[in-house]
Amino acid sequence: MTTQTTEQPGGGHARQRSVVPPATDRFDHVVRSEWTKFWSVRSTMWTFIALVVVTVGISALLCLAVAANWDDINAADRAQIEPVSQSLSGIFLGQMAIIVLGALTISSEYSTGGIRTTLTAVPQRLRLLAAKGLVLAVIAFAAGLVTMVPSFLLGQAVLSTANAGIEVSLGDPGVLRAVIGGALYVAACGLLGFALGALLRHTAGAITAAVGLVFILPIVGNFLPGSWGDNVSKVLNAGGSIMNARPVDNQLDPWTGYLVFSLWWVVLLAIAAVLMRRRDA
Amino acid sequence: MGTSMIEARGLTKRYGDTLAVDDLSFTVQPGTVTGFLGPNGAGKSTTMRMVLGLDRPTSGSALISGQPYSTLKGPLHHVGALLDAKDVHKGRTARTHLRALAQSNGIPAKRVDEVLEMTGMSSVAKKRIRGFSLGMSQRLGIAATMLGDPDVLMFDEPVNGLDPEGIQWVRNFMRALAAEGRTVFVSSHLMSEMAQTADHLIVIGRGRLLADVSTRDFITQSSTNAVRVRSPQAAQLVELLRAQDVTAEPVDGSLRVRGVTTDHVGDLAAAHSLTIHELVEERASLEEAFMEMTRDSVEYHAEVPTTADKGASS
Repeated sequence: MTTQTTEQPGGGHARQRSVVPPATDRFDHVVRSEWTKFWSVRSTMWTFIALVVVTVGISALLCLAVAANWDDINAADRAQIEPVSQSLSGIFLGQMAIIVLGALTISSEYSTGGIRTTLTAVPQRLRLLAAKGLVLAVIAFAAGLVTMVPSFLLGQAVLSTANAGIEVSLGDPGVLRAVIGGALYVAACGLLGFALGALLRHTAGAITAAVGLVFILPIVGNFLPGSWGDNVSKVLNAGGSIMNARPVDNQLDPWTGYLVFSLWWVVLLAIAAVLMRRRDA
Repeated sequence: MGTSMIEARGLTKRYGDTLAVDDLSFTVQPGTVTGFLGPNGAGKSTTMRMVLGLDRPTSGSALISGQPYSTLKGPLHHVGALLDAKDVHKGRTARTHLRALAQSNGIPAKRVDEVLEMTGMSSVAKKRIRGFSLGMSQRLGIAATMLGDPDVLMFDEPVNGLDPEGIQWVRNFMRALAAEGRTVFVSSHLMSEMAQTADHLIVIGRGRLLADVSTRDFITQSSTNAVRVRSPQAAQLVELLRAQDVTAEPVDGSLRVRGVTTDHVGDLAAAHSLTIHELVEERASLEEAFMEMTRDSVEYHAEVPTTADKGASS
């Protein structure tokens, strides 16, 4: 034992209490534990680097494509270009990094077997799920800001090289909301990966399902015919609308779009929560 | 501490058509090391997972100090459990792994250093678990069980894969914990291992309770003692024994006689002037007694009978 033991007449040992304080039962303890776990694996830093580099890099390149060819773009196409979402557009590739991170937050517990150790420490499964989700959401939002602000600033600087006055600044109407909305989108993507990870308990399965939801389904939506097809397409492409500073054709209002996109993770996480309570670990 | 017991009440777990644990009831008392013994696949690990609330029983219940595990407040303060030493994220260092576990139950970082010290892991505290040997992983797992200084400890096959020094260390550690009044429940598929560690035995086979006895009683009850005798006049000796309703079977040029003592056979031979070349008591090993008891409940039989499989835990 850590503490000294004293010999007793019977030959047994009396046990002295150690530094361990009395038992408590607090949610913030679980959150702190998950925070420690989040930052103590290498994959966290790598996925953040991938998120920032890919998003900022691709966004700048797509802005450059617009600025360099501005004189050759016709009026109708020019009207379709929304400068804020253009400068954040790399997120549609970069989001995979945060989806993977979200999935790993829970699926790595299952792939390593660590879930059994975790659940013996925190047997209330919904509490564990809530703590993990909270830590992930806060960190993903912060990572979103760290990604979106430079992406916006660099993108606008690139757009300004067209000398056509298409660039906007953070003070312009709707711009700040769109940039912060980009960070909210990153948080929602992380939670989507997390919900799928909790549901499927398998990293590759969760990532495959997420690719279907954020890449494949929107493309399918674009091929649907008629006005109902347009409406379905709007719903399937809802995620990006929060990053528009002004209304864009064939996309939902920013907040409506964000709520629709958030429904994915909310519904999937609710199902995962119900299953997690019932399933053997 | 007197109430820190592990109780199983009609615990049952069914996977499809397979009954992994079948109406199991037992109580594990404080102050002793209780061995949970059974062949591989007997349902030991499944039972332990149900006690810890990881697996949901098909019926019945498991209680720690009268409470279901999932309702314990700060469970690491009450129960320390090591199921599989590999059940950790191998990308973390030993110290961060323990620190995160400690934080979840409000246990200070100072205690992490204490348990690392206690298990001789301080020097590798900052190493990633990926590079650990099985012995080091077991020590880390045992360190984790001690974080909350709990009254109840559970270990599933803790000496599997350890070197003799490691085995000795684990044995002494468990005995010391029990001597301090804690409840220690440890599983094994090796009777010889349990005989050296456990005061009490709960033996299961095919998910069913086979015995719930003190280790001493188990040894006395189940030793199928026999006498081996070698004599040039074996045929006459067999006749004399048969007259007393004692059967003797020929084994490797000598006789094995059951249910009698060496004194009895010696006296009988002397009374009839028979020559004896060898007369020894043949004591069945504990392992044989255990195999005898669980013979009908071993999941897979080898073509040639061998000693209990030393493979993965059940």
